[in-house]
Amino acid sequence: MSAKVSTPEMLTRPDEGGHYGLYGGRFVPETLMGPLEELEEAYKQARRDPSFHAELEELFHSYSGRPTPLTFARRLSEYLGRGRIYLKREDLNHTGAHKINNALGQMLLARRMGKTRIIAETGAGQHGVATATVSALFGMECEIYMGTEDMRRQALNVFRMRLLGAKVTPVDSGSRTLKDAINEAMRDWVTNVATTHYLLGSVLGAHPYPQIVRDFQSIIGKEARKQILGAEGRLPDLLLACVGGGSNSIGLFYDFLGDPEVRMVGVEAGGRSLDLGEHAARFAGGRRGVLQGTMSYVLQDEEGQIAGTHSVSAGLDYPGVGPEHAYLHDIGRVQYTSISDALALEAFQLLSRLEGIIPALESAHAVAELIRMGPGLEKGSVVVVNLSGRGDKDVAQAAELLEGQPALQETEGRRQ
Amino acid sequence: MTTAIGRKFQELKRQGKKAFIPFITAGDPDLKMTINLVPELERAGSHIVELGIPFSDPLADGPTIQRSSERALRHRYRLADYLEAVREIRKQATAPLILFTYFNPIFQYGLENLARDARAAGVDGVLVTDMTPEEADEYCACLEAHDLDPVFLAAPTSSAERIARIAQRSRGFVYLVSRTGVTGARETLSESVRLTLDRVRKHTDLPVAVGFGISRPEHVQAVWEVADGAVVGSAIVQEMERQMDCEDLPARIGKFCRWLTEGATDG
Repeated sequence: MSAKVSTPEMLTRPDEGGHYGLYGGRFVPETLMGPLEELEEAYKQARRDPSFHAELEELFHSYSGRPTPLTFARRLSEYLGRGRIYLKREDLNHTGAHKINNALGQMLLARRMGKTRIIAETGAGQHGVATATVSALFGMECEIYMGTEDMRRQALNVFRMRLLGAKVTPVDSGSRTLKDAINEAMRDWVTNVATTHYLLGSVLGAHPYPQIVRDFQSIIGKEARKQILGAEGRLPDLLLACVGGGSNSIGLFYDFLGDPEVRMVGVEAGGRSLDLGEHAARFAGGRRGVLQGTMSYVLQDEEGQIAGTHSVSAGLDYPGVGPEHAYLHDIGRVQYTSISDALALEAFQLLSRLEGIIPALESAHAVAELIRMGPGLEKGSVVVVNLSGRGDKDVAQAAELLEGQPALQETEGRRQ
Repeated sequence: MTTAIGRKFQELKRQGKKAFIPFITAGDPDLKMTINLVPELERAGSHIVELGIPFSDPLADGPTIQRSSERALRHRYRLADYLEAVREIRKQATAPLILFTYFNPIFQYGLENLARDARAAGVDGVLVTDMTPEEADEYCACLEAHDLDPVFLAAPTSSAERIARIAQRSRGFVYLVSRTGVTGARETLSESVRLTLDRVRKHTDLPVAVGFGISRPEHVQAVWEVADGAVVGSAIVQEMERQMDCEDLPARIGKFCRWLTEGATDG
């Protein structure tokens, strides 16, 4: 269902109530409404305050290392034989992923609100690490909720968070992954709201979170735009990014939404297959529903119970998707596809060998989609792939998964 | 039109009594037990009963009700099965019944279908924990078209503006969350109850029931002194968990409810 929506209208979402067309809004227990309104008000004020932006910019620059480079991927471009491929290097941020952009922004908000304690959920652990990092930087008490299944998959990040002084609290309910960690963090927030800010890590949850996180992540697209104009003298033809909750992708896409010539593709986790429970491709297998405070596409059974999900990458392993993505999907502005575990693992290896860049398994989904599209790319087209995070955290898991499998052929990685 | 819930509060008021409103998770440990339990709750002095329809992601609930939801979900009952259980209950109990759930299961069933089928089965009101007055246009219209009372939560953290909106949307009664936090049995009742109660009453003549954290007879008593009804959820569910293997579970839960209301003047 595709409806014509004019560009300016598209860019003014959400409305007052936090809606993106049919999606978004606030579906939360009344006890959370006070805190959400407080956050909304604080954010409205901060947005108008030049000193807030100046401080964030300074932190981006001096602490996180922004702007992150836009790297021309010469060997990958040659390998594909078509197009000029650029990688937006969010993996080069401090802590190794785009998550720090939002963590720094929300930390400044938390301080404005006089909060002394920070809580967060984490899936892959990257958001937890980013939150623990900025909590250390600002001297805040920090507690991270993490599903026990994810703790197992991302043991290194668990240690990292603890090293940074955060308390990591295992969540053993439900599917023991990201969504259960969010439930638990919300419960904590409801109970401790007077002192505590919930530093939500993606464009999920009730208004104003999807908007706040998008705005802080939109630095990715703003930089990429300037950089690609510098490198190519024109806008890109195609943007690619993986979509879990959807913060790195909306971060890249947002600044280009008003340029109809820029095509955008979001890549979801296709997991083992597209049977319910085996993947996290919400646009392939989900339908409209409410999960964790927002209306969006949700993987669920016929009775509206939330379905289990699977992805090789913990950061994409979530049954819902940010409401703005649901909106951009329906109006046809962004296309969404999915990539299987197997293809993501191949891309993980390929990029390592061709460019000397080990991508996060999440980001490898975007790279895999590019490879799949390869033959269909127009000659001379300019593509930007968001490399949302680096793969160090995934090395142990990949070693386990790839053990006994023949490595990618030497020749494949060293063609030319 | 005054619904069964409204009439129940009016009747209690005439008698100088306050409402005792237990919550149980439907389907925990199974629906047969739920069907047996509700009439027993009524015999034990319950005036209204809240039936929890379990949801996979109960973010407003504490560990006790989460566990009970998980026990019910294992049966993979459909919403239609819960409504069928209400029909069975209606053969043996007259107390007004309120479905207490999350939005997604009823959204998937279809709001109009849910309102029609729930009313036909004998449900009197619906409380959706993650439904806010701002999102409730279609929801309220569907319920009211079928004479079902939409009950909304008010909290100590709700602004005056919000309390006005909540009061305006609610029918039957307003459910006041006694303190912030998730559901769960607590040792003391918050002082802020009375303050919030006054704030709610400024905006509505509807009865106000207080819930969240009421687990002892003195809590019920304290709530009855200021409010029109006391909701007890986690404490009852916890007691069920404790007595789960007993053959006479309904009788034991009835006894627990009598303990909760005893010593309270009009229980």
